Amino acid sequence: MTATTFEQVRNVASDIFGIPADKITAESSPETIETWDSMQHLNLVLAIEEKFGVQLDPEDIEQMKNIGAVATLVEKLRSAAR
Amino acid sequence: MSDLTPNPTPAGHNPADLRAEIDALIAQGTFDLASRRLAELWRRDSASGTASFVTSRLDELREKTRDNLALTKFKLAILRSFTVEPIVPLLRAEAFAYGIDLEVHVGDFNTYVQDILDGQSSLYRFAPNAVVLAVRTGQAAPELWCDFADLAPEAAQQAAERVVRSYEQWIGAFRKQSQAALIIHSLERPSSPSLGILDGQSDAGQSGLIRQINRELRRIAAGFHGTYGLDYDALVARHGSEHWHDERKWLTARLPIAAGYLLQMAREWMRFIVPLSGRTAKVLVVDLDNTLWGGIIGEDGMGGIKVGLEYPGAAHQALQRALLDLSRKGILLAICSKNNLDDAMEALENHPGMLVRAKHFAALRINWTDKVQNLREIAQELNVGIDALAFLDDNPFEREQVRAALPEITVIDLPKDPLEYASAVRNCAAFERLTLSAEDQQRTEMYAAQKQRSGAEQSFQSKEDFFRFLEQEAELEPVSDVTLARVAQLTQKTNQFNLTTRRYTEPQIAEMAKQPEWHIFSIRVRDRFGDHGLVGVAIAHDEGEQCEVDTFLLSCRVIGRTVETALLAHLAESAAQRGRKRLVGWFLPTKKNAPARDFYPQHGFERQETNGAGSLWTLDLKSSTLRCPDWIKLKVNDRS
Repeated sequence: MTATTFEQVRNVASDIFGIPADKITAESSPETIETWDSMQHLNLVLAIEEKFGVQLDPEDIEQMKNIGAVATLVEKLRSAAR
Repeated sequence: MSDLTPNPTPAGHNPADLRAEIDALIAQGTFDLASRRLAELWRRDSASGTASFVTSRLDELREKTRDNLALTKFKLAILRSFTVEPIVPLLRAEAFAYGIDLEVHVGDFNTYVQDILDGQSSLYRFAPNAVVLAVRTGQAAPELWCDFADLAPEAAQQAAERVVRSYEQWIGAFRKQSQAALIIHSLERPSSPSLGILDGQSDAGQSGLIRQINRELRRIAAGFHGTYGLDYDALVARHGSEHWHDERKWLTARLPIAAGYLLQMAREWMRFIVPLSGRTAKVLVVDLDNTLWGGIIGEDGMGGIKVGLEYPGAAHQALQRALLDLSRKGILLAICSKNNLDDAMEALENHPGMLVRAKHFAALRINWTDKVQNLREIAQELNVGIDALAFLDDNPFEREQVRAALPEITVIDLPKDPLEYASAVRNCAAFERLTLSAEDQQRTEMYAAQKQRSGAEQSFQSKEDFFRFLEQEAELEPVSDVTLARVAQLTQKTNQFNLTTRRYTEPQIAEMAKQPEWHIFSIRVRDRFGDHGLVGVAIAHDEGEQCEVDTFLLSCRVIGRTVETALLAHLAESAAQRGRKRLVGWFLPTKKNAPARDFYPQHGFERQETNGAGSLWTLDLKSSTLRCPDWIKLKVNDRS
């Protein structure tokens, strides 16, 4: 069984923001996650790039408004790379 | 040793389960095991996210154990011209895997000059053990980085010289304020010079001038104690400038390094932090079959094992070359292998493709006993702690068993491909050294002489006869520029015969030596079997009627040969000559310094007081009969 992209993104976010994965939903955002500040946003970007071997443009990073959007973005970049 | 000796982790243990297990262990208060599992998680998955998890749980463990984890504390300040914050968790996790609890202070963006010059700055208030000065070429030498093609040759040369002078001033100012180690990034060359291939035609081009700056920086660093160069230019080149850099992150977040290479930056810093914090390995214990050579000597025979110039034997020869390089740095080699002794010795002595031979190994355990027992014996034979050993074995099962039974050992995780073995050894920070003394380079020969001594010792009726037979000569002198590095190294590395275990950096020793009331002596010893080199240090300071011993240590090579008595007697005599009435000293017990426990009472000291840290001993110099043993020929070089 392989974890879905969303689950993998959620696990990375759990590590970065220091909250349990089961407390994170697609709607979780800087408004609902207290530790999601600009420095942690950069850390999230770097962890995602490293984990999925993708490169995020500044425009992509703008779109990372919540965890669901991050997962969608990763899916898009990975399918474009194939 | 912990009584918890869990079974090796089953291979199916995935990182998500490990995280859950770690949290459960912390919740139930099993902190020791939680800490080991946390290190295991990091080894399995050294990713940015994992680093955040590891550092948060490390902080939790630290709080719950009231800061009582078996880790070496180390404080690092990073002065920088670029964003390093995302590297910090990676660095702390990596340090944790080496047994170091790293506290990091990051200076403000591009304020490194003010931070260095202002004695009240947050840098100095942090009281770091080490400082990294990480400045990019674009900030340190902007004229040489951008618009270089507009510069006249003289102006370019002047710009390069100006950069060097600035660094020299910063380093000088830093040294006036702090005795912390200073690690200076070299400047990177541009991957695409302004003038294209023209740049390669002259030393005065963009790359040539940056190289010139780097050469000068190395020269300046060598002129200051405890100041080291980190070759950032070579680091970038090793990984490839195009891969290393991420221009988008630089423009948007002032982070020049791509996500996939942040760990490499952290690991390069670790190569300095590990030796600075004393968490180095002194002995590398290697396996034979499928490690030192390809194949199994007991089955494949001399003609079947792979080691030599051709593939696949070349991979093993490259590993052997890496081992020889370690041996030249003073790291002892030993063998621990499940084999028939005769088969293994035949290959070690006679196989034409081998670069290392039996003589390069200070201890051999070639038998069918389990490796844990053999490793304990090797540590005992070489007179080092278990934590001074590193273990190299291709078999993951053996590695896990060793790790579970002897958690203090450095276990090197060999990659599957033998072609990567050599670099796994070369990149292990536990083998890094900041300085190389004459003692380091001759250590293997010294241990060979030691074996002869042990043989001789057994043939004498009394210890005294043996001491006379040894014909020991000791040379005592105040610390000098020549011996400073070795003296500092001994305070950092000596664990067993060390009365106070106070660790000092080179600049700290140099500073002490300047104070008239402080006296720092080193002792060199040689005997009929060979030269031991500089093996002992005593630091004492006068205060009123007494002289207090601050540090007294002896390398384990010469313990029990009465050299310690000679050194102590000199401290007492010189203190009496300066008019002191008493020689006093603390014994501060640690896990390792039991060999020094009875040193003061054995030499006529009386116990003056005892507290939680240790006991204070005193010797009345007027009535003392402490003398250098007459079988040691002592020469005192008093250059002061």
